[in-house]
Amino acid sequence: MSAQETVFAVAAAGIQVAVVVMGAPYLTGLMRQVRARMEGRAGAGVGQPVRDLRKLFHKEATRPEGTSVVFVAAPLVMLASAVFLAAVIPFVTTVAAVGGVSDLFAVVAVLLLGTVALALAGLDTGTAFGGIGASREVTIVALVEPTILLAIFALSVRVGSSDLADIVAGTLASPAHVLSPASLLAAVAFAVVIIAEAGRLPVDNPSTHLELTMVHEAMVLEYSGRDLAMVELAASMRLALLLGLGVNLFAPWGVATTLAPLALLLGIVMLIVKVALVGVALAVLEVFMAKLRLFRVPELLAGSLLFALLAVAASYFLA
Amino acid sequence: MTLVDVGLALVAGGALAGALVIALIPRHVRPLISGLVTAGVGVGGVLAGVGGLSGAAWTRVAPGLLPLGEARLSVDALSGVFLLLVGAVAIAAGIYGIGYTADAPHHENPAGSRTTQATVPLFVASMLFVPAAASVTTLLVVWELMALTSLVLVLTEHRLRPSVRDAGLWYGGMTHAGLVAIMTGLVVFAADAGGETFEALRAGAADLSPAMRSTVFVLVLIGFGAKAGLVPLHVWLPRAHPEAPSHVSALMSAAMVALGIYGLIRVGFDLLGGGPRWWGLLVLTIGAVSALFGVLQASVATDLKRLLAYSTTENVGLMAIGIGAAGVFAADGNRALAGVLMAAALLHALNHAAFKTVLFLGAGSVLRATGLRDLDALGGLVRRMPLTTALFGIGALGAAALPPGNGFVSEWVLLQGLIHSVSEGVAASPVVAVSIPVAVGVVALTAGLGVATFVKAFGVGFLAQPRSTAAATAIESPMPMRVGMGVAAASCAVLAVAPALVGGSLDRVLNVLPEVRDTAPLADSAVTLRLAGIQGSMSPLLITVGLVLSAVLVAVVVRRLAGSAPRRVVGVWANGGPERNSRQELTATSFAEPLTRVFDDVLRPEHDIDVTPYAESAYLIESVTFRQRVPDRLEAAMYPPLLATVESWGRWSRRLANGRVHRYLAYGFIGLLVALIVVAVTS
Repeated sequence: MSAQETVFAVAAAGIQVAVVVMGAPYLTGLMRQVRARMEGRAGAGVGQPVRDLRKLFHKEATRPEGTSVVFVAAPLVMLASAVFLAAVIPFVTTVAAVGGVSDLFAVVAVLLLGTVALALAGLDTGTAFGGIGASREVTIVALVEPTILLAIFALSVRVGSSDLADIVAGTLASPAHVLSPASLLAAVAFAVVIIAEAGRLPVDNPSTHLELTMVHEAMVLEYSGRDLAMVELAASMRLALLLGLGVNLFAPWGVATTLAPLALLLGIVMLIVKVALVGVALAVLEVFMAKLRLFRVPELLAGSLLFALLAVAASYFLA
Repeated sequence: MTLVDVGLALVAGGALAGALVIALIPRHVRPLISGLVTAGVGVGGVLAGVGGLSGAAWTRVAPGLLPLGEARLSVDALSGVFLLLVGAVAIAAGIYGIGYTADAPHHENPAGSRTTQATVPLFVASMLFVPAAASVTTLLVVWELMALTSLVLVLTEHRLRPSVRDAGLWYGGMTHAGLVAIMTGLVVFAADAGGETFEALRAGAADLSPAMRSTVFVLVLIGFGAKAGLVPLHVWLPRAHPEAPSHVSALMSAAMVALGIYGLIRVGFDLLGGGPRWWGLLVLTIGAVSALFGVLQASVATDLKRLLAYSTTENVGLMAIGIGAAGVFAADGNRALAGVLMAAALLHALNHAAFKTVLFLGAGSVLRATGLRDLDALGGLVRRMPLTTALFGIGALGAAALPPGNGFVSEWVLLQGLIHSVSEGVAASPVVAVSIPVAVGVVALTAGLGVATFVKAFGVGFLAQPRSTAAATAIESPMPMRVGMGVAAASCAVLAVAPALVGGSLDRVLNVLPEVRDTAPLADSAVTLRLAGIQGSMSPLLITVGLVLSAVLVAVVVRRLAGSAPRRVVGVWANGGPERNSRQELTATSFAEPLTRVFDDVLRPEHDIDVTPYAESAYLIESVTFRQRVPDRLEAAMYPPLLATVESWGRWSRRLANGRVHRYLAYGFIGLLVALIVVAVTS
């Protein structure tokens, strides 16, 4: 790779970060707005999360007495992991400045790092709410993990690599593979994973403050000001990242395989359109869904695990 | 004189002279001398390990040293990597021991006794001679020395707690049952191969009948598996590791269990030279069950050291998955994949040694500062013991297999080896097609539950508010303990960002094993880990750098946007009460409650609720006591019947010995007769 190409590739990664950071709050706003309209409410508008963030960044930050550095560092770790992932996942182009950072196992593990940071912060507050949120979150994470890794396994089979750039490029080269049984089964499993990891219905209700049901909200209860803004932005970004990852794994059309400016532009537009469509679809589905009781969630996850196992089995026997 | 000569001379001489000196010197200087001698023996081990890893063959024979013949030592790359591992753990544990075994004011430390202090270097030295032994007799002698010295160390605090005696009995029983299995296996092997040196065994292995080879393999698997803590022979681990002094726990849990893995690789893959596919599947299955059972028990454990002991079973299970899968693919002729998986197992052994040392030493610091191992009573240590908390955090990050920790790297290599089993162009048999996806699922569930386990250990144990006065008044450990932990944490960090440093050495280790010779899976790795023969690359260093850069970027941008005004300290939401009460906090038990409920059918926890009403009215509750115990269900299902059977045999066999001399003479005569008949018939 020449020096000029490296500069372009770094610039492309920068563009991805910019698109995800700017776009994620609007995605959250869009999903809330769709939901509001479907439920017969006027809604606060697509830009409300951005206005909330701006407000929060200018408010005073507080910290509960007796908390440690973990409480202060957690939003930073969470947001930094999301920014890192926005740079390395091939959203806009499959050409990367450096190799070895976009392995899907590593991507999932970095995502998990953000989750763990927030769970530790929840415990660090020393309140019942923070602890319960953390406890529920790590339980869900532990049970989601097998599904994610098996889905990655199924997806990696057709290209012989678990590197995201290889998987996306492989799908672009032979689109028919998307309709293979292994890929379809993996898509179903991955959809459940995205819902669970992003804390959407029916696993967690992002708009609840009912103490019996909340998971994510319980952990962030003590945050305020810029810290809360960072957590909220990171949460929106994680949703955008997961949806973007999902669409690019199963429908990567539009992702540039070169660094040509026009291809990059198309990549950006396609990414925004695809993620917005999937987000709207998710929001519409959520209107018709109730949150599952926490102890019914493992059943849902066991179901998705079954799909993932079938996907792997299909790739063995039908390959 | 080579590096190995120097190293092993230092080990043997240092341990023997050191133990003698320690036995003679007064109590107050013993911790320092014992710690330095242990660390020095560890340095000898590291030197010998580096010498062994450089690849030159080294053999020394001492004729007539052992009762039945010669003592034979030989160091190759496989010995080297385990010498290095044990030596490094010993350095950290030795330095740590200087502080840990010192007497507190007005309180005599049981770990400072003459016996314990003199035995620690002997234990380390006998562990170091296990990978260097090159004949059956030598191996068995040093193996038994290792078992006996560690048993003495486990019993250090036997005067304080009856549970220590119980742990000692279990450990003694299990390790000797294991010794019987190893001895039987190797003696049968040696008898058929026509010699007891490893060279003779290697040469004679090919002529053994398949049934005999499999018998030997299963026997050594039982013996070494018991030492490694594989299910169902793990029962001594959660007893003995928590009861031993913490630096000894680190030595046992990080180094000694790895020698079980060494024995399995040495005999199964080197001396026997690999075998049929079912050997691999057997090891794979045992590994998968161990990993899952270990992590499940760890995720609901509330005793910090017991949690770490179960986590050892989990990690040894992961190593066994790697070894077993390597055996399966080697039997199928897929050498490249077998090489990757064997390298993953060895790398995980190194990583596990590094992070488990930090964790056990950290648990020891907590125990020394608070007298507590119970997570339900800990908390808030981050303010009282900041450095210990930070170092324990590094270890926990590694054990949870999260980037940028070191455990993540070896689990990634393991997963890469497993998922490439399809696309390699080798026709996958149905057995492989079923077992490998299940293995991936097990590794994944293990990783997920591992995260839950170490969020609990770190979050409940060190963060939040203290749940007892002992935790609230803890003081930071003395300097040597922090240095010992720091050494181990530094090796975690190095293995986490630059695993390729050991890549070339691991490739040389694989060259010792015929089935994976010349696969060199890590040969192309530098900054990025690239696996030879399969398409997989990942760069732990770049991921770490990327995360750090992102964090700096975010911090700078947020500071520009929002300023850096100090955060105002406020009270927390105390559920409507006037002020926060540490009794409202989650404990380790309540933290793991959702998991306990999800895995209810496997764990079957025992609950005990006592409600005490006021004397005046049965409707007014004075207090409620809740107790939960999660017993080891595998142990409860398997061991009591076994022990009952053994006991009934013992009772029955009393009738054989009724005290009359002529009956004993008759036994002797009949025995001789039977032996003669057997010889006459078989020869």
